Amino acid sequence: MAVATASRRGMTKTEKRNQLMGVLFISPWLIGFLLFALFPLIASLYYSMTNYDFIRNPQFIGLTNYVRLFTVDPDFWTVMYNTVYYVGFGVPLGIAVAFLIANLLNSDIRGRTLFRSIIYIPSIVPAVCTAMVWLFILNVQYGAINGILKTIGWPTIPFLSSPELAKPSLIMIYVWAQGTAVVIFLAALQDVPRSLYDAALVDGANAWARFWNVTVPMCTPVILFNFIMGIIAAFQDFTLPFVLTGGGPMKSTEFYVVNLYRNAFVQFSIGKASAMAWILFLIILVFSVILFRTSARWVYYGGEK
Amino acid sequence: MTSASQTVSSKPQLQEHTRSGSISARKWISRALIYTILILLGITWIFPLYWMVSSSLKDDPQIYTVPPVLIPNPVFWNNFYDAWTRFDFNQAAFNSVFLYSLPVTIFTLISSMIVAYGFAKIPWRGRDALFWVCIATMMLPWQVTMVPLFIIFKNLGWINTYWPFVVPSLFGNAYFIFLLRQFFLSIPEELSDAARIDGSSEFGILWRIILPLSKPAIAVVLLFRFLWSWNDYLGPLIYINSEAMQPLALAIYRMRTLALSMGTTSMAYPHLMAVSTLVALPIILIFIFAQRTFIEGISTTGLKG
Repeated sequence: MAVATASRRGMTKTEKRNQLMGVLFISPWLIGFLLFALFPLIASLYYSMTNYDFIRNPQFIGLTNYVRLFTVDPDFWTVMYNTVYYVGFGVPLGIAVAFLIANLLNSDIRGRTLFRSIIYIPSIVPAVCTAMVWLFILNVQYGAINGILKTIGWPTIPFLSSPELAKPSLIMIYVWAQGTAVVIFLAALQDVPRSLYDAALVDGANAWARFWNVTVPMCTPVILFNFIMGIIAAFQDFTLPFVLTGGGPMKSTEFYVVNLYRNAFVQFSIGKASAMAWILFLIILVFSVILFRTSARWVYYGGEK
Repeated sequence: MTSASQTVSSKPQLQEHTRSGSISARKWISRALIYTILILLGITWIFPLYWMVSSSLKDDPQIYTVPPVLIPNPVFWNNFYDAWTRFDFNQAAFNSVFLYSLPVTIFTLISSMIVAYGFAKIPWRGRDALFWVCIATMMLPWQVTMVPLFIIFKNLGWINTYWPFVVPSLFGNAYFIFLLRQFFLSIPEELSDAARIDGSSEFGILWRIILPLSKPAIAVVLLFRFLWSWNDYLGPLIYINSEAMQPLALAIYRMRTLALSMGTTSMAYPHLMAVSTLVALPIILIFIFAQRTFIEGISTTGLKG
């Protein structure tokens, strides 16, 4: 109402000035949004309906790229399976491990800062560096783990060179690098009011019951947050699989973005790559919407019913 | 993080009334258990980084021995220097610092602050709607705009330069705009009003009132933007195609390909680990000195490493 009246009688001098200054201040973002987000987004949608190789002019072919991806493309479903496997096991496992570590760190212990640092640092050092170390550690011939196995006379494990183990190995490294989630969970745990635990104690709840009936419900919003962000991030993981396995062996770690990169910048199949980009976009969108919609049912927001 | 906010989940145990057994024995057992698990987890988590550093101090015989050599003896400190000069990492370090990380970090801070100010401190029509658009762009996967942006920058002749990273940083970053806006909102409006009465311009208020009060938020922006550009691998992989222009992340990968093809007497692994250590070191040092900023940045906004 206020806005409508204001616009009918025109804006005051201050309002005009604020309008101008406000738009002026946010204009870098607005221009950047139009140039580097909205325009490329639409261009990407257009390219996804063309045949294009960077050289000849794009040829409009409608939804053919999408249809081909879903039906005849030799790799798409493999790539999709790999990625869903990685995201589907990696993200829940990562969250479970991170939440348990955070709970351990939240107990009455000395050296919490040191432990937290040890858990967190792997998630901030350059992925190329950690990829190099893991490549070395998991090496069949010279790796530390297989070196230990050889010493005790056990058979070696081809962590990265067998199609069966490559994905689980990458998931293991993914879980190792979930320090960010641990820090977020730890902050959330420290915000849980003591009074709730005291009340649970009065009611005779043991440690396990307190964990399930106080800690977990109080932390569901932050678990949801980590879950959404985790899925979105894991779907886009690139550096680790690209550097560690390059998609192999036998395409077992050819993940979505690795394959998208290859299609765009190695094969120059711009149309196909753009279609893949839009499918990725829709998947991430759907996940975000589903999770936000269902969250009301199982997320505890303090005070609300 | 200090003793004041400790012990949410385990302290109640101390007050628990158990009919059988003494309270202190139960407490002792549970604490011993927690410490055991944490120490095992800590060793597991730190091991890859320990292996990176210790392997960079070995020579080839120590690398290829079974059982694996846990502590390097003798220690080869020269490896760091040899590895660094072997592939001219000075150039790559220069590129990483002066062409990529520093300009991008500084420009992102300046542009994001200006935009955040427009979203937080000036009332104008359409502000909240545009702010939601800004937040929504955080969900936009980078891979969707990757191909069209490449085409744009290619047409501008920006391939094999750092302009594709520096120029977009002049237009703000949605994450940091969000972060700074939330922070600016917490600064009392009275301070800005007082400055306005004194005839200060909006830029003046931003510079003289908001900026000095926003140091914690600014530190988070600087830290994470630097981290992201230092660690970035896919971006340079797409845009940088000459060895002379490569940042550290790409140079390590190039070194890996070369070094590992040279066999087991070429110091490939020690040198690869030495360079990985040196590239990870600035990040680890920054973390040690700015730990609080990191933890606050993640706990309040969930910024990924």
